[in-house]
Formats: sequence, structure tokens, C-alpha cells
Amino acid sequence: MPADGPLADVAAEVGVAKPDPILVVDGVERRYGGLMAVDVEHLEVPRGVITALIGPNGAGKTTFFNLLCGFDRPDAGRWTFQGQEASGVKPHVLARRGMVRTFQLTKTLGRMTVLDNMLLAGKDQAGEAFWRALVPPTWRDQEAANLERAHDLLGRFKLDHLTDEYAAGLSGGQRKLLEMARALMAEPTLVMLDEPMAGVNPALTQSLLGHVTALRDEGMSVLFVEHDMDVIMTISDWVVCMAEGRVIAEGRPADIAGNDAVIEAYLGIDHGGTVTGEIR
Amino acid sequence: MSWLSIVALAIQTAIGFQGASYALAASGLNLQFGYTGLSNFGHVGFLLVGAYGMGISADRGWSIWAGFALGIGAAIVLGLLLGIPTLRLRGDYLAIVTIAAAEILRLVANARPSEPLTGGSRGIGGLSGRLGFFEPNFIPEGRYGLGDSLVFNSRQLWSMLWTWGLVLLVTLLIRALVRSPFGRVLRSIREDEDAAKALGKNVVVFKLQSFVLGGTIGALAGAFIALDSGAVTPSRWIAPLTFALYTVVILGGAGTVWGPVAGAVVYWFVLDAVDGVLNNLWFDVSDTTSGAVRLALMGIGLMALMVFRPQGILGNKKEMLAGAR
Repeated sequence: MPADGPLADVAAEVGVAKPDPILVVDGVERRYGGLMAVDVEHLEVPRGVITALIGPNGAGKTTFFNLLCGFDRPDAGRWTFQGQEASGVKPHVLARRGMVRTFQLTKTLGRMTVLDNMLLAGKDQAGEAFWRALVPPTWRDQEAANLERAHDLLGRFKLDHLTDEYAAGLSGGQRKLLEMARALMAEPTLVMLDEPMAGVNPALTQSLLGHVTALRDEGMSVLFVEHDMDVIMTISDWVVCMAEGRVIAEGRPADIAGNDAVIEAYLGIDHGGTVTGEIR
Repeated sequence: MSWLSIVALAIQTAIGFQGASYALAASGLNLQFGYTGLSNFGHVGFLLVGAYGMGISADRGWSIWAGFALGIGAAIVLGLLLGIPTLRLRGDYLAIVTIAAAEILRLVANARPSEPLTGGSRGIGGLSGRLGFFEPNFIPEGRYGLGDSLVFNSRQLWSMLWTWGLVLLVTLLIRALVRSPFGRVLRSIREDEDAAKALGKNVVVFKLQSFVLGGTIGALAGAFIALDSGAVTPSRWIAPLTFALYTVVILGGAGTVWGPVAGAVVYWFVLDAVDGVLNNLWFDVSDTTSGAVRLALMGIGLMALMVFRPQGILGNKKEMLAGAR
């Protein structure tokens, strides 16, 4: 879906300014020994749309992603989230501010039930404070409200029949769904999905795609790392392509499909048939 | 000695002060290890500071309450001191630091320069008298119990009353905590710290709270061990005691509310029953041999438990198997 709204007039150039960006990155560098894993000069992630972060294996996508969420520390650079300084901020603080991520290898909490996985994500829970935990009346109402929300979300993600199962008993696809539902439970403004479709069968990919577009339609911003070109072309409004740690191209999906730098980055490395089939 | 009296003696140990003090100490470890997934391999260090709190208080002529305050205060300081630097790191570091810290504490208490404070290798004796632990005992002198072997005197009952009472209180406290959103965060940390972080939980703070509370419970157990025996000596607080407490936690079911209680009772019953049997065979078994053999049998029993009932006595098998996937 090409962006017909806020991104219509934005030029397809690296580091281009966007109206009301949710995330603004400046000069972020991450080195592993002599290897420059991430070197992003300037990047603005637009608000209220789906932005895909693509690039061949080893392009630094996940590293960049981890930096933005506070799970890794950069060697240089700074970034802001919703206008507030976000560099050097702890991951749990960013999560509370509304930047909620999922993981490439799903991190469902195995020995907790699906429902507990959901309830955990509830925001600003009074009963998480040590002393108040001992006085249930101080958190019972909030817990009931969270319970209702959790059941709603589980219904929406078609996990409601698994509510009391241990999360470890779920299939790979169900775990992906649970992780996404759980991220929503945390009331994010920016959802960061690290390869949400990896290792998922085609039918479930369709359903996941539906859920991702639903996030945007509800007013959330989405930034996701993905390999599958079909997926990217179908749902993203804006695409950022990385190679060797740098952003080499930005634009609407149509701009990216014809971008020489992107084609070279992908074709320079054997990356399977999907990519070559899609970029014409 | 009849088989019946062997069983009776084993029950006496299991439901007596031994069982109670292990249940209390293991409750703290269960909160840390069973619910939060913290590998505290120096739990005995917390017991040690609790016990020496009592000892030092008695030596200075302070009251029993000062002894508790000193022990608990020291446990909180120790928990923060060990926890703040290591709980930010991967789990293994906590294990290394705690086991080393417990050894350091024991060696320092044992050292000659510490004699004015800890009594060095001789420790501190005559505490319960000086602290008046048994003075308010309202239970009349006499023998209480069944038959000839399963009996307690009034002093033993007094110790049991306090220690089991505290076990009940602590267990109810932990039950309330783990059933609250607070406990849910602890379990999420045990399962996957990064997931908890990504959902906005300040995991270091939760781990620190669990670690300090568990350590404080351990210190209380240490304080009561000192009061019951009337003496504190450094040689008692060795690493195998920590491992025994791990055995108790795993036996009862790690991460279950009543697991430490069931574990402690069964642990002491098995250990004492084996002891009784070994001492009543048709050939002589020396004390050192029986001491070693009973631990070896406990080890085999624990292995069998891991094979046939990995979740422990009270654990939920489905939950346990879920974790193995």
C-alpha cells in the first residue's frame, strides 16, 4: 500500500526529513572490534505508518534494532523517541514510554500460562510494587480490567482457547501471535517487530500481516525487520534498506523495488529466489 | 531398637526444630531460586549473619530483639552488597559471587583478629541463657508426645513453636507475594529476563527485592538455629548446608508455596531414618560411615526424584515439563 497520506510528498532519499517523525536517529555507530556493524547518519521513522527495515543478512538490522530499544549500547550517536531523548535510556523505561519490541527468537515465558504472559505486560501495575502486592484491594480492580483486556486481545489473536495452557506448549506460530498480543497489551505507540514472520507457515503469515496492518489502522506506528520481500511490498508504507551497517536507500515500496543500490546489495549476496523474483 | 522407634525418631527430627529451621531457610532460597531463578549458592552466608547477630548481641549484653535487628540488618546489607553489582550481570556471576562471599564470611568469623567480635574458631556460647530465649516459655516441664521415642521436652516445643510459627508466617507472606502481580514479574524474570525488560519491568529492582527478602528469611533461620543450640561456631556455616537447602527446595518442589516445608520434613525424615537403620544392622557401622552413606543415599534418592518426579513432591508436572521444552 503506497503511502497516500503523510508520506506522499516525501522524497525517496536517504536521511530525508518526514512530517512528525516518531523516532529520529543521529550518527549512531556500533562497532564490533574492527567491524562497523551499524553506522546510521540520520534516519527518521515516520509516525502512524508501517516502516520496514530490510537488508541482506549481516546488514546490521537487528543490531540497529537492539540499539534503538536500549538492549545494546552504541559507540556513538543519539536518538529521540517522541521528541524525548532515548539514547542511553534503559530498555524497560523505553518500553514504558511506548516503544515495545518483540524478538526474532520468540521470548514467550514458558512456565507461565498464556494468560499470565498477557497480564504481565499490563502497564503501570500497582500490584507490582512490593508493599502494595501484599494488599490485594489496592490492585484488584486494575487486575480485573487487565484481565478483560487480555481476554479481548487473546480472542482477537485467536488464542482464547489456549488461555490456561503453559506458553511452552504452544507451537512456533502461536508463540509469534502470543508475543505480538503481549506487546499490544503493553499499550505501545511504536511497535518494534524483529522478523515477525520468520519460520511461520504461509497461512499464519497472512494472519500476522493482518494483525500488523491492524496496528497501523489503530494509530500505532510499526517498525519491523523483515527478509521476505513479498511481505514488505504488501504491507509497508515506507521501506528503509540497510547494507553493511549503513542506510543505503529509503522510500515507498515502489521506489525501493527499482532502486539500484538495493538491487546491488541484495544481488551481490546470494539471498534466495524471493528477492530476485520480486525486484524487476 | 525397634523399627517403630527408628521411624518415631525420624519423625521427631522431621517435625522438630531441625525440620522447622530447614523449612524456614529453604523458604528464602525458594523465593530466590524457585520463583525468581536466582542462583544463590551462598545462602548459608545469610544464615551466618543472622546467627552471629544473635551471638554478638548476647556478647554485648543486648536483648534478643537487638539480635534479630542486627541479623536482619546485616542480611539486608549483605544482600544489597552482593546484589547491586552482580544482579545486573548474567546469572552465573551471582552463583560465583555468593558462594565466595559465604566462604569469606565464614573464614573472617573464624579468623583470630575477629575474636573480640565473633569469638574466632570457638565462636560464642551460652546465648540462649544470656538472651533469655527460653524465659517466657509457658510450656510446663515434661515429656510430650507418643510412646518412648517421639517425644519433645518443653524447651524443644518452645523452639518449635517459634520456628514453625515463623515458617507459617513467611510461607503466607510468600504466598501473597507470588500470587500478586509482583510475583508474576518474579516468575517472568525466571523465565526470560529480556522479555520482562521489553515489557517495561525494571528487572534489577525486582531481583534485588527477591534476593534481599530471601536472604533476610535465611538470616532469621540462622538466628533461630543460634538460639536453639545456644551457640554460634563458624564451622557450622559451610557450603554443604547451602546444598542441603537446595536439596530441600528441589525435593519439595521449587517454585511452590509449601514445597520448602514438605521438602524439609521429608529431607530430615529420610536422613534420620537411614541413620537409624544403619545403626541397627547386624554388623557395626561407624558414625563417619553412616554419615557418608546417608548422604550418598540422599543423593541417589534425589536422582531418582529427578527421573520419576522432576517437579518435586508438590510441584506441577505439566509446568515442569513445559520448562524443559
